[in-house]
Amino acid sequence: MRLADTFRFARDAATGNPLRTALSVLAMSIGVAAVVVLTALGDGARRYVVDQFSSLGTNLVIVLPGRSGTGGFNPATAITSTPRDLTVDDAAAILRSPAVKRLAPLAVGLSEISYGGRLREATVAGTTAEFLEVRRMDLAQGRFLPREDWNRGSSVAVIGSKIREELFGPEPAIGQLVRLGDRRLRVVGVLKSTGQGLGMNTDELVIVPVALAQAIFNSNTLFRILVEAKSREAIPQAKDQTLEIIKSRHQGEEDVTVITQDAVLATFDKLLSALTLGVAGIAAISLAVAGILVMNVMLVAVTQRTGEIGLLKALGAPARTIRLAFLMEAAMLSTVGALVGYGLGQAGAFAIRQFFPVFPAYAPQWAVIAGLGTALATGLIFGVMPARRAARLDPVEALMRR
Amino acid sequence: MALIELSGIERVFHLGDSEVHALAALDLSIEAGEYVAVMGPSGSGKSTLLNLLGLLDRPNAGTYRLEGRDITTLSPDEQAKVRSERIGFVFQSFHLVPRLTAAENIALPMTLAGIPPRERAERVAQALRDYGLENRADHRPDQLSGGQRQRVAIARATIMRPAMILADEPTGNLDRATGDEVVRLLEELNGRGVTLVVVTHDQGLGARARRQIMMEDGHLKRDSGASGHRNAEAAGNPS
Repeated sequence: MRLADTFRFARDAATGNPLRTALSVLAMSIGVAAVVVLTALGDGARRYVVDQFSSLGTNLVIVLPGRSGTGGFNPATAITSTPRDLTVDDAAAILRSPAVKRLAPLAVGLSEISYGGRLREATVAGTTAEFLEVRRMDLAQGRFLPREDWNRGSSVAVIGSKIREELFGPEPAIGQLVRLGDRRLRVVGVLKSTGQGLGMNTDELVIVPVALAQAIFNSNTLFRILVEAKSREAIPQAKDQTLEIIKSRHQGEEDVTVITQDAVLATFDKLLSALTLGVAGIAAISLAVAGILVMNVMLVAVTQRTGEIGLLKALGAPARTIRLAFLMEAAMLSTVGALVGYGLGQAGAFAIRQFFPVFPAYAPQWAVIAGLGTALATGLIFGVMPARRAARLDPVEALMRR
Repeated sequence: MALIELSGIERVFHLGDSEVHALAALDLSIEAGEYVAVMGPSGSGKSTLLNLLGLLDRPNAGTYRLEGRDITTLSPDEQAKVRSERIGFVFQSFHLVPRLTAAENIALPMTLAGIPPRERAERVAQALRDYGLENRADHRPDQLSGGQRQRVAIARATIMRPAMILADEPTGNLDRATGDEVVRLLEELNGRGVTLVVVTHDQGLGARARRQIMMEDGHLKRDSGASGHRNAEAAGNPS
């Protein structure tokens, strides 16, 4: 029998019993759709977290004061129990490292901001012009802090979008004077609303020059130094050199902690990838169930069409032809089911993205391929047994049954 | 050389503990072009004989030579090939595939044999004309009358131009008039040299055959043409 004829024969046989065919196609498609949707959710969660970290800035090395690791006995630590402050001069010194592209010192405190009788508390971030690029932030209006000597604090402020809204409402904010603590500052820019950002909500942030912030809070210390390495490969180098520079400036004492964003990111990435894989595995069980259903449907088909199989044998069909016809029918059921399921799954993922725009629910390619592959493979494997049973039927007995 | 030569055929069925000899020590020779009616009561072994002749069943002992070739030793696939090329079946209950049209049912043996679609279409069109089914080509079996169904079945049985046609009660499900028409079609085929073996209960139908074989308890009880050489006019057949 020609392949095209076998195909047509199997197709007609499948469509000859629409309900049975539709049900097994449905089962298979639910299995594949489950794989696509669930992995889209799992991988979406992974991407969401990774994106969150990336939104902090890329190739980031973060310096924080104080030592988190436990060291041996050191005469220096015996005398000075509190860590040295991290200063703006420390930050400037780190810039000497060849692996560092740019950096931004960060001093943080709480203060009251007021305008025209409206008053609220806000997180104040004292930093420099580089902060915008290091943190990959965008401005909605105006400009960012001026490039100037880090020790000279101009009386300007950049405010988050929520602060702008609450203080100014519909009025223009740029150029207005606001009161921050006991200072009067001119608003030069408004940050673009991000709605996200781990740890610090930039929408409720007031950014001022670092020297000004330190003056307001009457402190010399920095909260963080955000260092951007030249490239991903330069991150370890930047980390080591940063540590080296701070150590030499602090009389040989390693009293800061340097963390890289990569390490945290990699952990989350691994964790959530494993989660996605697990979810995909659970979804794959439904594929196996669908495969068994296809087998059941095909076994029923063999029983129902016993007379026909006997006839085909009488008309000279060799066992191979009958096997192939039934196998192709099973493959067709699972193929159509898999394709319909793929469509359903992608539609489901699309719907999730529509309802939760921040959640990047895209099914990973490996899951789609594995899902479709498993569907086709189970369909074929579970099709073999019914096909063999059909081919082995005794023609005389098969013909007698009708 | 006889078309069919059976010698010492035994066919034993096991029903529980008992053995049933459906065919026992059967010797039979049928020449090409003969018209043979196999008759006998139910359980006499006539259907078993037909299944053996049609290679649907294997004997427990004995040899079956078809056109001089011992075919009891052939593999199932080789036997399928012989069925496809040399044997046409006509069944009492027609055995048409319900989801296929008349034309597709007629084409089925050619489809199974892997004959190209173009040649199939030509031969089906010819067969539809020969059997007066031109207007019924796209009808499914359930849209056809009994006589039309059996004509489709005969067209299917002959489409591969077999050497013999095996008919099992071909008129059993038909009324008198359509039954006669079907028998006439089969006899026409026999007139053109195709060997015709008909299994029937119907005395009238049996009497029309040139040779009658009476079966009883798996034995040949009576064979009106035991010599097997009476039909000398079969000289013009293709084999």
